[in-house]
Amino acid sequence: MNGNRQITCLRAAAFAVVGGFLLLAAGPSLAAGDTKAPNSPGFSFQGPFGTFDRGELQRGFQVYQEVCSSCHAIKYLAFRNLLRIGFSEEQVKAIAAQYEVTDGPDAEGEMFQRPARLSDHVPSPFANDNAARFANNGALPPDLSLIVKARTGGENYLYSLLTGYENPSSDVELGEGMSYNAYFPGHQIAMPPPLFEDGVEYADGKAASTNQMARDVTTFLTWVAEPDLETRKGMGIKVMIFLILLTALLYMVKRKVWRDVH
Amino acid sequence: MSSPASGNPIVQWIEYRLPIFSWLDHSVGSGYPAPKNLNYLWNMGSLAGIALMIQIVTGIVLAMHYVPHGDMAFDSVEHIMRNVNYGWLIRYIHSNGASMLFLVVYIHVFRGMYYGSYKYPRELLWWMGLVIMLLMMASAFMGYVLPWGQMSFWGATVITNLFSAIPLIGEPIVTWLWGGFAIDSPTLQRFFSLHYLLPFVIVGIVIIHIWALHIHGSNNPTGIDVKGPQDTIPFHPYYTAKDLFGLGVFLIIFAYWVFYNPNYLGHADNYIPANPLQTPPHIVPEWYLLPFYAILRAIPDKLGGVIAMGAAIGVLFLIPWLDTSRVRAATFRPIYKQFFWILLADVIVLGWIGANPAEGYYILIGQIATTYYFLHFLVIMPFVGWFESPWQLPDSISSSVLEKGGGSASGKEAAQ
Repeated sequence: MNGNRQITCLRAAAFAVVGGFLLLAAGPSLAAGDTKAPNSPGFSFQGPFGTFDRGELQRGFQVYQEVCSSCHAIKYLAFRNLLRIGFSEEQVKAIAAQYEVTDGPDAEGEMFQRPARLSDHVPSPFANDNAARFANNGALPPDLSLIVKARTGGENYLYSLLTGYENPSSDVELGEGMSYNAYFPGHQIAMPPPLFEDGVEYADGKAASTNQMARDVTTFLTWVAEPDLETRKGMGIKVMIFLILLTALLYMVKRKVWRDVH
Repeated sequence: MSSPASGNPIVQWIEYRLPIFSWLDHSVGSGYPAPKNLNYLWNMGSLAGIALMIQIVTGIVLAMHYVPHGDMAFDSVEHIMRNVNYGWLIRYIHSNGASMLFLVVYIHVFRGMYYGSYKYPRELLWWMGLVIMLLMMASAFMGYVLPWGQMSFWGATVITNLFSAIPLIGEPIVTWLWGGFAIDSPTLQRFFSLHYLLPFVIVGIVIIHIWALHIHGSNNPTGIDVKGPQDTIPFHPYYTAKDLFGLGVFLIIFAYWVFYNPNYLGHADNYIPANPLQTPPHIVPEWYLLPFYAILRAIPDKLGGVIAMGAAIGVLFLIPWLDTSRVRAATFRPIYKQFFWILLADVIVLGWIGANPAEGYYILIGQIATTYYFLHFLVIMPFVGWFESPWQLPDSISSSVLEKGGGSASGKEAAQ
């Protein structure tokens, strides 16, 4: 039928238009002005078979402890969770013991300080948001527990931000105490460049370049945001293999059942 | 085709007192004749039912761990993600399951529109479906508020404020909805209560929807009526087998989102705890509400926008009468068929506009797409129905199957 061919052409055209819009919609939003799109250095945990590099996780925790934790809390992380990234129980107990937490009330009704235990969460650097703002020029350093999931671009954005500090061009006027970052929306960021060459002396002897530290702490924070990422992807492979085999069998059953109708 | 033949005395004992086996047989068994030519688009109904059950089961488990309070809701969701055994899995199934449910329901609705399933005598069946869709939107919106993230809070702010557009009593209604003078714990608690309730109301309407379906049976890709037993095959085993294969494909797509891209369909801002003092740069609903959001924003006046958004769904209730064609399926309607695909493209454009800020060209495109949406139903549908001369319909479902050359004629005879 000639009409049928015409219809097919029209339908193909309609699909092409729709597909074009979908591509536009799926592409990176251009509405954010001239903020640079995050680049990806490539992480081991990306992709369907991704797992965390234990070295990166442990070094990343060290970067958090020695650099980020002076301003940023990480309240959903309990010390016991560190057992999952390759630290031994003795190591985690020693890490926890470096922190003091408030406990109580005791038998006399008094609150008291004691070293942190495995069950405690990592204490925040500030007592409350006001204290945090007061110490940081009015800006509130966000909690980092979920930062990778709470920013568009995720780990790529965080890595790009940490390595994206630049000298602004002459026509940019920065507020007092502000820094210029190519990846931060609006470019003015209250956080001064946090990472410097050899700012951390890694326990495993790895050279602490800025890029290495950014990579390690990004891996660590991705794990804190999504501690079950490895379980999820590992389970996903098994589920997928099962479902694909099952669906293939169901297709054959369907063919067999329908054989006498077709 | 009465009760299924069973010599089992226990089955017979139960069947005599409560004829549940013959009821099942007439519902989804060999006693329910279905048109023999249903294509894979007819899988969506059973998939929607299964997706709804997945939502209810995962939701009940989540409710065992969730705390509906402004100070604790966000923490309790993180508690589910971190400390509850497989809590991350249950939550990701639930949050992506909402998208999967909307996906199959939207395909289901567009399938009904293409093949004229809303036409006589299935008008009430269509209405029940639309009521289900409305309840789904309300449930999904309230469910999205529960994690109490930034997008939860500000989405709730935008949507509840729509009621303030009602003249005179708008403001008191908003205060009444909130349970206070701002969105806070009382709002969250009632949303949780309703989010738990509405899915069961949906189940009730689904039962009525299926009841109405069984009166006249499924429509089919030719849109012509079943003329006799030669046009039908028993639901079981034919469509149970076909639906199970479709379910497998559905679960593969579902599992992809849950295991490999669980947060893609959500918004990053919802991992920031709700903060009434800080408005996110773009407030956007989930993808399945974007076309309606675009229609809301296309009208510069608040009340007008709310009315347009309501009318966008309201007009769907009228299409059994707006469609003047005497032929059901667009398959045989050379002109209307093209407008159908334009409408689908238009709705996708509306979704794309809804995802973008209302500025510059987006506003104009959104207004054109909104106008076209209503033009389609209010003008194109009735007029094309009058002027179009449909193609020759096949004599029967059976003969249309033969025409396609899907096998030998003797094979069909054997199937009877």
